[in-house]
Amino acid sequence: MDQVIQVKDLRKDFKSHSSRPGLKGAFRDLFNRNYSIISAVKDISFEVKQGEMVGYIGENGAGKSTSIKMLTGILTPTDGTVTVNGMNPHKEREKFVSSIGVVFGQRSQLWWDIAVQESFKLLKKVYNVSDEDYEAHMTHVIDSLDIGPLLDKPVRKLSLGQRMRCELAAALLHNPPLLFLDEPTIGLDVLVKLKIRNFLKEINEKYKTTILLTTHDLTDIEALCERVIMLDEGQIIYDGKLANLRSNWGEGKQIEFQFAEEVTKDELSPLMKELDAEWTASERKNVWVANVVNEEHVISEVIGRVVAAHRITDVKIHEISTEEIIRNIYEEGVVDGKIY
Amino acid sequence: MAKYIEMIRIRFLMMLAYRTNYYSGILIYSINIGAYYFLWSAIYGDKGEIEGLSVIQMTTYIAVAWMARAFYFNNIDREIAQEIKEGKVAVEFIRPYHYLTMKTMQGLGEGIFRLGFFSVPGMIIVSLIFPINFSAALSTWLFFMVSIIFSFIVNTQINLLTGVMTFFFFNNDGLIRAKRVVIDLFSGLLLPISFYPVWAQSVMDFLPFKAISYIPSMIFTDGFSRNEVWDALLFQFVWALILIIPIQVLWIIAKRQLIVQGG
Repeated sequence: MDQVIQVKDLRKDFKSHSSRPGLKGAFRDLFNRNYSIISAVKDISFEVKQGEMVGYIGENGAGKSTSIKMLTGILTPTDGTVTVNGMNPHKEREKFVSSIGVVFGQRSQLWWDIAVQESFKLLKKVYNVSDEDYEAHMTHVIDSLDIGPLLDKPVRKLSLGQRMRCELAAALLHNPPLLFLDEPTIGLDVLVKLKIRNFLKEINEKYKTTILLTTHDLTDIEALCERVIMLDEGQIIYDGKLANLRSNWGEGKQIEFQFAEEVTKDELSPLMKELDAEWTASERKNVWVANVVNEEHVISEVIGRVVAAHRITDVKIHEISTEEIIRNIYEEGVVDGKIY
Repeated sequence: MAKYIEMIRIRFLMMLAYRTNYYSGILIYSINIGAYYFLWSAIYGDKGEIEGLSVIQMTTYIAVAWMARAFYFNNIDREIAQEIKEGKVAVEFIRPYHYLTMKTMQGLGEGIFRLGFFSVPGMIIVSLIFPINFSAALSTWLFFMVSIIFSFIVNTQINLLTGVMTFFFFNNDGLIRAKRVVIDLFSGLLLPISFYPVWAQSVMDFLPFKAISYIPSMIFTDGFSRNEVWDALLFQFVWALILIIPIQVLWIIAKRQLIVQGG
């Protein structure tokens, strides 16, 4: 089985009621309500191969969580087909969920009042993991996540970072071939993030675990995923290599000049003649940014001309970050035609 | 099956995690039994018996009713409601087990814990303070055991039903509270069903509630004849079967239109 996840024309509609305004409206709502159908996910299709690490990104409310919930069998799709690990998640729920691991960053799946190791023991029974498998696999997981000292503490006494590492270990207890991570690094500090990322990479290499990751932290995606699927308003607007996204959108560089005296755009524009570059004013005083293509001669030409014509106090060259690229895409809504 | 038994163990651990709850529980139950003892002694006055129950039988009835309650009572309706409201039910759905069975097992774990560490020692203390008449017949004890198992099943089923309704109403607190009062009143915990007016007794015959408390307590106090005991157990058994149907139906509908709240 090569394709771990196959999604075709997946759709989820929610019926939601809107409240009428005011007291009179509230009384009318008692008797009949206004319903409207909202599509959270609109006919999306994609496939994921075994061993891939896929970043699943989008704004808040773009339909990420809803589609993850359909993939994990929690929600029933309104329309379309989902096949994960060769099964229909909703139809064969109990059998299916043994073959996946899920981490929801925003809610705990460990039992709040009891020690972590008791939760693990219960999950071991729930997933029918033999003692040998548990020993072989979990000793390693516990070591690499460095949670050994936490095992005898009740979950409610753990810090967020400690809890998150335990959650991840719990999700991997039965060594599932497919792992869903819904914002696993939300609210974590840099060190814990790094530890989790390294661990995920290791798991992926060692067991060929397929990982589907949603996050708002794009550095996670950059560190882990080669491929990204981007959602907007319930539709896939980009599905492809992260590197392509960068090279198509992040081609240019920005050169930031801080001038010693006040300059105007009219003074600066003539400097850019015959060059593929453009000026934008920065929020700070006397700071202007030149957006240029990423070519050596253009960059040096621009700097040379500006320095020759005006006195400057500082120069900085920025590469456009993935975050900026994604922000541009979110703002425009649709990816520019040149990607497809 | 091992996973469900493990859940009972986990529930033990959870009960032990909060010791104050445990001790205050013993205190509350003792106060309740004491209060009802004095109330009933005052009502009986110098009357030998009311509605076929002597004052000692009545005290025993009250004590047993409360101690049995420690076994069959659980809060899983409230827990289900809370898990739905907080969206935690999503986590339960990604586990390879049946959610309602697991909840039942949690209730059972709680029940067994309270029966062993709460009812039995509590009953010994209460029998030292108040005149209580324990039956010597082994058969009475066996019938009582069978009967409280059915009490647990019927009560848990009603709890599951109330809990699952949260899937449809989203906020279910009123219903849960109403259910609690109805069970306390109609199950015979506060007042034996035989004390109700005749028309109310015949209405009660068509409701499951008296299977929860009235039947086991009457069996324990030898208030039933042998034939009545068999009828009573049959009554409990039939209700345990009937209640499976609405739970299953509601559960299937609930799964289909599940909306996970909050992200």
